[in-house]
Amino acid sequence: MTDKFISIEGIAKRYPGAGGATTTIFENLWLSMARGEFACVIGHSGCGKTTVLNILAGLDAPSEGAVIVDGQAISGTSLDRAVIFQSHALLPWRTVLGNVGYAVSSKWRSWDRAKVRAHAQTFIDLVGLTGSEHKRPSELSGGMKQRVGIARALSITPKMMLMDEPFSALDALTRGTLQDEVRRICLETGQTAFMITHDVDEAIYLADKIFLMTNGPGAVLAEVVENPLPRDRGRTDLHRHPLYYALRNHIVDFLVTRSKTFAAETPGHDPRHVPVVQIGKPGLTIAAASDEPRQTWMPGSNPGLSA
Amino acid sequence: MTSSLRVRAGLVSIVLLAAFLGIWHLATRSTGATTTMSPEYAKLMGLTATQGKSAMPGPLDVGAKLWEHVRRPFYDNGPNDKGLGIQLGYSIARVGIGYLLAVLVAIPLGFLIGMSPLLSKALDPFIQVLKPISPLAWMPLALYTIKDSSVSAIFVIFICSIWPMLLNTVFGVASVRKEWINVARTLEVGTIRRAFTVILPAAAPTILTGMRISIGIAWLVIVAAEMLVGGTGIGYFVWNEWNNLSITNVIIAILLIGVVGMLLDQILARFTRMVTFPE
Repeated sequence: MTDKFISIEGIAKRYPGAGGATTTIFENLWLSMARGEFACVIGHSGCGKTTVLNILAGLDAPSEGAVIVDGQAISGTSLDRAVIFQSHALLPWRTVLGNVGYAVSSKWRSWDRAKVRAHAQTFIDLVGLTGSEHKRPSELSGGMKQRVGIARALSITPKMMLMDEPFSALDALTRGTLQDEVRRICLETGQTAFMITHDVDEAIYLADKIFLMTNGPGAVLAEVVENPLPRDRGRTDLHRHPLYYALRNHIVDFLVTRSKTFAAETPGHDPRHVPVVQIGKPGLTIAAASDEPRQTWMPGSNPGLSA
Repeated sequence: MTSSLRVRAGLVSIVLLAAFLGIWHLATRSTGATTTMSPEYAKLMGLTATQGKSAMPGPLDVGAKLWEHVRRPFYDNGPNDKGLGIQLGYSIARVGIGYLLAVLVAIPLGFLIGMSPLLSKALDPFIQVLKPISPLAWMPLALYTIKDSSVSAIFVIFICSIWPMLLNTVFGVASVRKEWINVARTLEVGTIRRAFTVILPAAAPTILTGMRISIGIAWLVIVAAEMLVGGTGIGYFVWNEWNNLSITNVIIAILLIGVVGMLLDQILARFTRMVTFPE
């Protein structure tokens, strides 16, 4: 891949454990994303997904390694990287408009009240909350709260969005609608997005690239699965696509069995060159253009090539 | 349903009050002539000896005296005879000044301690030792160093109202949800702006609860402090009337101390409601 908009280079996270020992959550993790790409990370709890996201956001610092975004190593948080929190994290003493406005006025400090308000309103309208501007978070349903969280993240027009299981606390119907919204907004605005999820179908619907992580501690990025489904896929007919089940089975198999045994079965795994798995026949593969030969047909039985 | 509950509770309150006043009246009323004596001697002995009247004033005596005070709250006939309004005014002013000084110190200091784990640990032993000291124990030291009884009373109020506010501010600031802080961090909000836009509103209900506890303690302490320093104030009034053996006035003062304390608490309760946010 030539365009590395985001490049995570050999990061590690260790915590001091009991009796002077250190617990390694993960180490030597390499990962890259192109501009405008939507990536999902899937893995079991405790594999360090959230830590990776917090490091990307700048909320947490890696014990080793660096993260490069848009050609610059990051240090700390930035208005370029907006975070959508799992628990929505709205300020309960502010209204919807107040919460979005807080983000807007943090980015553009010199704007007057009217300008902040107008800008915030645009994004409230975008997530379909017109008419609820003056409600407080306690008066909103879970789905509406998360919409405010999305509006707040988008309102600062970030270079990328980081989402930590944003829909996991919502009911299935609301989750579906919000997935549609996020997908629409990301496609329309060409937003680069990095999302953590537990939900295989959510990853298949939203992501261009799915990162599979093995179980922690000592988790590694095992594979990068490229989504073979067409870009104009819809949530309702997703499962009718001929490659849907192959893709889904591959991910589920990984989560159920291979995530535990990966390290033992793949001794030669090179964390710098994680195999890219493309599901589907070469002719059918809808993958990012690359001049390198790729591993094709069905689950990654041997390491593919990627840079 | 709730309104009928309120009506019924109100009725029970009135019945209880009436029963209390009734029993009080019966217990202290005159029982009629007890002994026969010459009218001049009887006049000298008073109703307690001649009519079997209790030395404790009845509700009617207290009511009549209260009405006198209410009609003339602000008269000033010299150092030992001032209207109740003036005496309460002195007490409220002392509490107000001492309490405001404590607010000015406790809240900024509480913010610092709450935001800095180092300061929190370093100052903890001092706070733990100073907090349980009875505010009146400071009085001799205050009188010796300040050399002014009125200012010493204010100092005692200051020292007694600072601790609940300080501890609640520290607790409120230290327990602001991590995710709200993270929101501010991802928005690159600076420390000062973060303190005012995230930490202060998030900690405000806890801080106000501390302020409410403080005002209650300050009002408790002022009565005792004024008994010691003397001169003016409702505490001095109580002690002065005890020396005058005017139990009626003592009862009235007790009643008014209760009413003013309730009002102060209600004011702080209203402020607390204003800053409380539903989650």
